[in-house]
Amino acid sequence: MLRFLLRRLALAVLVCLTVLVVSFTLTRLSGDIAIAIAGPNATPEDVEIIRKNYGFDRPLPVQFVDWATHAAEGDLGRSYVYKSSVAELIGERLPITLTLGLTGLIIALGTAIPLGVLAAMREGTLIDRGIGLLALLGQAMPSFWLGLVLIIWFGLKLQWLPISGVDTWQGYILPGIVLAFSAIPALMRLTRAGMIDALASDYIRTARAKGLSLATIVLKHALRNAAMPVVSIAAVQLGFMLGGSIVIEQIFALHGVGYLAWESISKNDFPVVQAVVLLLAIIYIALTLLADAMNAVLDPRLRAA
Amino acid sequence: MKLRARHIATVLGAVIVGGTLVVAIIAPLLAPHDPFAQDLMRRLVPPEWLGGTALNPFGTDQLGRDYLSRLIYGARISMLIGILTVVTSGTIGVTLGVLGGYFGGRVDDAVMFAITARLSIPLILVALTVVALTGSSLTVVVLTLGLLLWDRFAVVARTTTMQVRNLDYIAAARAAGASRLHILLREVLPNIVSHLLVVATLEMALAILLEAALSFLGLGVPPPLPSWGLMIAEGKDYMFFSPWVIMVPGIALFVLVLGINLLGDGLRELLGAGRSQ
Amino acid sequence: MIVVPPQSTVLEVANLRVRFGQTAAVRGISLRIERGETHCLVGESGCGKSVTALAVMGLLARGAERQADVLRFHDHDLSRLNERGMARLRGDRMAMIFQEPMTSLNPAYTIGSQMTEVLARHRGSSRREARVRAAELLARVGITAPELRLGQYPHQLSGGLRQRVMIAMALLCDPDLLIADEPTTALDVTVQAQILRLLQRLQRELGLALLLITHDLGIVARMAHRVSVMYAGEVVESAPVEALFAAPTHPYTRGLLDCIPVPGASRRDLPLGNIPGVVPRIAPTFAGCAFRDRCGHAIAVCAEAVPWRRMADGHGYLCRLTEDWDKAA
Repeated sequence: MLRFLLRRLALAVLVCLTVLVVSFTLTRLSGDIAIAIAGPNATPEDVEIIRKNYGFDRPLPVQFVDWATHAAEGDLGRSYVYKSSVAELIGERLPITLTLGLTGLIIALGTAIPLGVLAAMREGTLIDRGIGLLALLGQAMPSFWLGLVLIIWFGLKLQWLPISGVDTWQGYILPGIVLAFSAIPALMRLTRAGMIDALASDYIRTARAKGLSLATIVLKHALRNAAMPVVSIAAVQLGFMLGGSIVIEQIFALHGVGYLAWESISKNDFPVVQAVVLLLAIIYIALTLLADAMNAVLDPRLRAA
Repeated sequence: MKLRARHIATVLGAVIVGGTLVVAIIAPLLAPHDPFAQDLMRRLVPPEWLGGTALNPFGTDQLGRDYLSRLIYGARISMLIGILTVVTSGTIGVTLGVLGGYFGGRVDDAVMFAITARLSIPLILVALTVVALTGSSLTVVVLTLGLLLWDRFAVVARTTTMQVRNLDYIAAARAAGASRLHILLREVLPNIVSHLLVVATLEMALAILLEAALSFLGLGVPPPLPSWGLMIAEGKDYMFFSPWVIMVPGIALFVLVLGINLLGDGLRELLGAGRSQ
Repeated sequence: MIVVPPQSTVLEVANLRVRFGQTAAVRGISLRIERGETHCLVGESGCGKSVTALAVMGLLARGAERQADVLRFHDHDLSRLNERGMARLRGDRMAMIFQEPMTSLNPAYTIGSQMTEVLARHRGSSRREARVRAAELLARVGITAPELRLGQYPHQLSGGLRQRVMIAMALLCDPDLLIADEPTTALDVTVQAQILRLLQRLQRELGLALLLITHDLGIVARMAHRVSVMYAGEVVESAPVEALFAAPTHPYTRGLLDCIPVPGASRRDLPLGNIPGVVPRIAPTFAGCAFRDRCGHAIAVCAEAVPWRRMADGHGYLCRLTEDWDKAA
């Protein structure tokens, strides 16, 4: 078990490094950063000065190693725009993004799982088809558009919920719903499929033969077995949601990491961008590991391996 | 064969996708106006059913451009993005997946590593960065998305290749002395194409949605091209008083993606039902 | 809790019919089981014996239609009970074990958890009481170190052990009726014998009524007090076990018994008997004898209603032939 974990960890570190190298190279190769920083009115001399100052004249691998070694110590550089430490900037905004992500996940699971269970129990009926239709519609909806529509409806016409900022916890509801929307169809389908399989299994027949209540059969016996793939996908979906927060935070004016990333990209503030890529890659990898660990917890058969 | 909801849905999907393709191709013949022609005297005219005139059936945007025409030309952009991206990412992904699945061992390890690494990359972030640096253009968007969206192709190609690799006709081809390239192209590929088609529809929908998101954020297709995502972004400032500026392109996106998904689901059922062990 | 007077009928079924769409799986089964009696329902696969068991327990799949003139468990009219009423009886007064011990237990929960939940549900027992009772029953079915087993997961037990656990679980609430659907078919031959011996012992000790479903006549010979032979959804012959083996009367029963090699009695130079053909699927509109396409004695009248003939000692069969049909010629 320990060997397995160590192997996964080593692999994770390798993947992380690869992602960083890829994004580093992409940014450096996509265009001349010095020109981008200098701005449209700069002279070639200004550009040269900037290039020397920021070390862009060194070979790429050297630049990368330099950045990486600093990053390993926690020094993610300074923002070109804000003139403060990147780590600080991210640290300030991370709680907002994490809260948003978790809100989205909770809404997604709280909607997808009950719907999936209901669809499985009423398999083939109108309810099942209706739920399937909802999933289909949800999948096709562009999330940013949905965000805008919700803002018009709830924020303005009905005036129920705040449409920008997070002064109160209600500010997380609309963006949370929009984030959840992208994850619900997949999670619901998975729950439904898992429940259908579970409900058709021999151990459910045994549970019925034992005279257990419907709630016990569905929730204790069936759902527990159906939940395993849902849990791992949910962890992965959380990662996607955090990545997609760039768009949502922009629409709802939430000053989280996504908003920061967006600003930094448009202002060519590369230390910040690089650091956010690192952060997200680490989060994705950590979530995948977490999903595997949860699988082991849920399925006793995997623990022996 | 009974006419079931599944069949109707698939046909509907095919009609939507096919229809959009046709609209995209004959756009110049269909659009009532030039989508780029501004008319500052007729800004933000509502659609016909909301009080507008027949001159601009879907109203006009904030620069007086006819919305219906922009919508029609926008179909071109969406279809172009969808198809070109899928071709690019499909080529990359299928190549990787087939190689990994067929040869196994170290090659497969490398492919799996690449897939895992790719899955750990925050898509939108990286796409935005690249476009920001290289400058917005249709080509950049297609290339960026194409270079990023190959993972599902690779996974499916790899799995199906592994299933097919051990079947008899592969062994027969090898025994007959066929070269590896020949086997890959003539024996493996045709048998996994059906599954790849399903993936292609999913990735096409994803590409269209991503381009819309990128354009919405201003780092996708550049103005004045009528990308539906860009139209939504441009209309955002006026959406409270003239909601159709975001509703019309949004619904268009929604319907197109829905159609692609319906088609893909239908294909999957059709092919899955006939899938052999 | 019902108090059951000894020597009474535990299960009575008359004219049970089960239909799945266009297939009539069970077409008029009648049987009766007394306390302390083992009734074997025997037949080839596809004859409807498992469906009968599921129908009695109310565990049929959603698309099934069930009808019966009489479907009674003690004083309970099972055809009138809804799902909740049935759930109260199941696991408590009537229990069932199945053929596949490997998949009949939930892999995600311990043996103990799956056993104690039965007691919690039907007896309101506390966890501690339930564990004590569960361990007691595991020991009863011959499982060593019962405390240890309670904490284990199903995948840690062998097939034979799992089947013992299933039996123990079925007996937790002291049911009056145990239905066993091919309980030993998926097990090794040596384990089979052990499980059968166990069932016999338990029946003696607890006075269980046992409905044992099998396709194996050897098991019937060993375990049964009464036998019902099923074919294509009907009982074609029903008798006390000795009478069945001594005087099998229905051509199908004869055919079945001829298929079994008996050391010392079967002649080596003659081929083993076999009944050509397969069990047909019957549509609800079918009339006449279902066996006629495979029977050597079928005539035109076999396509019409077939009489149930009674012999002495509760021995009966479903055929137009008279009792002594093989004595002539």
